[in-house]
Parts: sequence; C-alpha cells; structure tokens
Amino acid sequence: MLEAADTIIQGLLLGGLYALFAIGLSITYGVMRLVNIAHGDLLVLAAYLALWPVTSLHMNPFVAILPVVVLMFCLGYTLQRVILNRTMGTNFLAPMLATFGISIILRNGLQQIYHSDSRSFDIGALGVDSIHLGPYIAIGEFPLIVFVVSVILTLATSLLFSHTRIGVALRATSDDAQTAGLMGIRANRTYAIALGLSLALVAVGGVFAGMRTTFTPESGPASLLYAFEAVVIGGMGSLWGTFAGAVILGMAQGVGAKVGAGFGILAGHLVFLAVLAFKPTGLFERSR
Amino acid sequence: MLQVRNLVARYGDFQALFGVDFDLKQGSIVALIGANGAGKSTFLKSIAGQMPSKSGEIRFNSEEISTLPPDRIVREGISLVPEGRRLFRSLSVEENLKVGGFAGRKGRWTLGAVYDLFPQLKDKRHTPATALSGGQQQMVAIGRGLMANPDLLMCDEVSLGLSPVVIKDIYKVFPQLRAESLSLIVVEQDIDAALSIADYVYCFMHGKVTLRGAPEELTKEQISAAYFGLEAA
Repeated sequence: MLEAADTIIQGLLLGGLYALFAIGLSITYGVMRLVNIAHGDLLVLAAYLALWPVTSLHMNPFVAILPVVVLMFCLGYTLQRVILNRTMGTNFLAPMLATFGISIILRNGLQQIYHSDSRSFDIGALGVDSIHLGPYIAIGEFPLIVFVVSVILTLATSLLFSHTRIGVALRATSDDAQTAGLMGIRANRTYAIALGLSLALVAVGGVFAGMRTTFTPESGPASLLYAFEAVVIGGMGSLWGTFAGAVILGMAQGVGAKVGAGFGILAGHLVFLAVLAFKPTGLFERSR
Repeated sequence: MLQVRNLVARYGDFQALFGVDFDLKQGSIVALIGANGAGKSTFLKSIAGQMPSKSGEIRFNSEEISTLPPDRIVREGISLVPEGRRLFRSLSVEENLKVGGFAGRKGRWTLGAVYDLFPQLKDKRHTPATALSGGQQQMVAIGRGLMANPDLLMCDEVSLGLSPVVIKDIYKVFPQLRAESLSLIVVEQDIDAALSIADYVYCFMHGKVTLRGAPEELTKEQISAAYFGLEAA
C-alpha cells in the first residue's frame, strides 16, 4: 500500500518536470494555434546554453538557469518576429513546417558543435538526497525542488494571463487577432512575446532535465513527445489542464515502470492514446 | 475632419467599392444606409485599415491615413465598433473595455465613464462578455470603442438582431456623444432609426454612393430609389 503511494508520489514529481516541458507548448498553441515541432530541440538548446557557464565559469547550474531563461526569451521573440510571423495566417501547416525546419537546423547544429557525447549537470549530493517519510516513502530533494518550481511557474504564468495588461492582450489576440488590431494591439508583437514566454519556460525545464539525467543533441524529440502528450491529455490551451496532464503522464510512467522495467514510457503513451480515443478534447478542456 | 476621395476596395477579384467620395464634419453624426452587400461595412473597414486591397485618398484631420495599419489608425483617433460586435469571448466585460483603451490615447473615457453611460454593465463587469444579452453586448462593444478615446467613432450594424426597445436605448446615447464633440458614423439598415439621429445620410448601393444629403432634405421616394435601385413610381 505504502509502496504504491511512493510510486504515485514519484510519478507526481516527475510530472512537475514534464509540466515545465509542456506549459510553453500549451501557450503557443493557446495564443496562436502554433504547434511548435522545434519545442523539444529548443529545450535541448537551453541545456547546451547552460553548459558553457557551468563548465567554463563554474557557475552553479541553478544560477545558470537565469541567463539562459533571458536568452531563450529573446530567441523566442526574435524567431517569431523574423521567421514565424511571416508564415502565420489561415494555414496552420505553414508555421508548423517552419518549426520542423528549425528543429532540423537545431539538432544538426548542436551535433556539429557538441557531437553526440551525452552531457549532464553535476548537482552533487542534491541529486541523490531524499527526505524519508517512513520506511517506504522517500521524496527526492531535487525532484521536489523541480516540482515546487513548476507549480510556482505555472501559477505565475496563469496570473500573468489573468491579471496583467500583456496577459489580457495575449488572450484578446488569441480570441480574435483582427479585432484586437482595432484596439491597437499588434498581433505580430503579441505572438513574439508568446513564443518568448514559451521558450523562457522550456529553458527552465531543459536545464532541470540536464540535472536529472543526461542529454544529447538527439534528446529533443522525446521531450517534445512528453510535452505534446501532456498538453493533449490536459486539454489544448489550458495552463492548469496542461499541468494536470503532465502530472498524469508522470504518474502513468511511474506506475508503468513499477509493473515492469521498460513499461514506464509505454504506459504514458497508452494513457495518451486512451485520452485521444475517449476524450480527444482533453480531460480539462478550457470551457468556452 | 474626414475626407475620402475616390475610394476603391476589393476582396480578391470582387470589387466592393467603386470610387466613393465622403465628407464628415467634426461633431456630426453621419448615417450610412443601404441594403446588404451595398458596401457600407467595407467602407468602414477601409477607413479602419482592415482592407488590405484598396486605393484612393483617406484624409483624417488633414493627414493621409489610407496606408496605415489598424493599430495605427486607432492611435490617430478613429475607433471602429465592428459588425457582429466581435467581443473577446474569453475576457470579462471589464477586460473587454480595458482592451479598448490599450491604444493609449488619453481623454474623458475611462471604465467609470462607460459605466455611467451604460449603468447596466456595471453589475456585470466580471461576467464573461459573451454571456450578456445581445443589447448589453452591443453596449460593451460601443464602450470598448469609446475607451480608445477616439475623435471619430464608427459603429457597424448597431441594431442588428436587437429588439426595438433595446435599439432605442442604445440610439439615445449617440446624440449624447455628439454633444461632447465626438463625431460618429453609424451604419444602419433600419432607415427610420438612421434618419432619426443623423445630421447627414449617405445611401450606398452596389459599392457606390447613390444619394447623399441631410435627412430633412431627402424625400422617402428619393431614399427608396437610392436604397432599392427602383425608380420612384
């Protein structure tokens, strides 16, 4: 019984990391119906961006997150303004193909520079220390930190959307970009901020992922898949829905791994497929 | 204040406006009447910058604005209340109104002033805008347009789908707004409603202006001829 509780808790904490992967994807889909195929590769890029200050300047990887977040925001803003805004319009396929191209460029670019050696960030004892709650339940300190950060960032993002001027502008543009233009809101700029925000959030997920396990230039697609699954399970375009979707995915993987080694990821996919089959709009679809 | 010369607009291959000339004096209400598809809405969209394919001159306060995008035109002081209201569905009434003020022009229109004009909205300010009745939604749309603190407010199809009582309620604010030296262009299919408030009327048919004049100068026969394209019997 307690062992089962432990499995659930581990899955929940893993879900926190997946939420960091997924929230950004949820934002770009929610605001501008952009399915960002490069999302996972951008996550890996963020990890590589943190690599230099950590290895050369001996910066603590937790501290390195901050400059990487800023850089990734700027990158997102620029990508949208310079490339993706030109593809936005009635056809959702065009921006999607553009991100597919970006994905290929990123993966091969990273391969060229860093080769395929796997890397990770050393966080010392923090990576293995855990808080013991009785003989069966142990909560890893690092996964707990990731989970708490993930909750805080999801909350901050949802407050940004509900309570700030830019958040209201993002929602208005998402509802009706043309009418928002009549109010003086430039959709091109709003979209750029949305992608900036998306990449700032995935940057945190990318560096955390690098602390938890290893990464290579080829790690992107798997991360994209988990992010995508979390967004679909939770319901397109809803932030807390996406968070819940990530947690469900994490738990499914945890339970699956308990059933048998190698079943973890498969169990996640099965839950994803079940949601697609029985409630394709997601479990927590934003009510409209 | 607004001068339009030889305005031509098209949707792809379809030409919607054929050389429209139009003048508006500051502090007046101009009504645009005409049947469906006559080009009234296209005319407003052209002024607001929403028609990418157009030619001709549009001067506002003696400045050429025909090449500006919508977000610049609202900053110049022209606000469009679009056809079908087009409220932001995931935003509350108050958020919709706030978005109206995002262009950043200063003036007398604030949330409080809009609630004074339309007191019904105040109690509903935290309700999703699209949960309101049609009349109240139209009030939100007009309030949102006013929040931009425009010099010229353009209202497209204000009375569409509303009951006569509600239409009367909404129409009584227009003279109030004119009294504050706001200029208005109102697109209206209901001729009587239009004539009751307008200082000047333009009748559109097939993308051309077929009749223009002050309401008291126009006869019913002239108007039906211009509206339906029929010769007066």
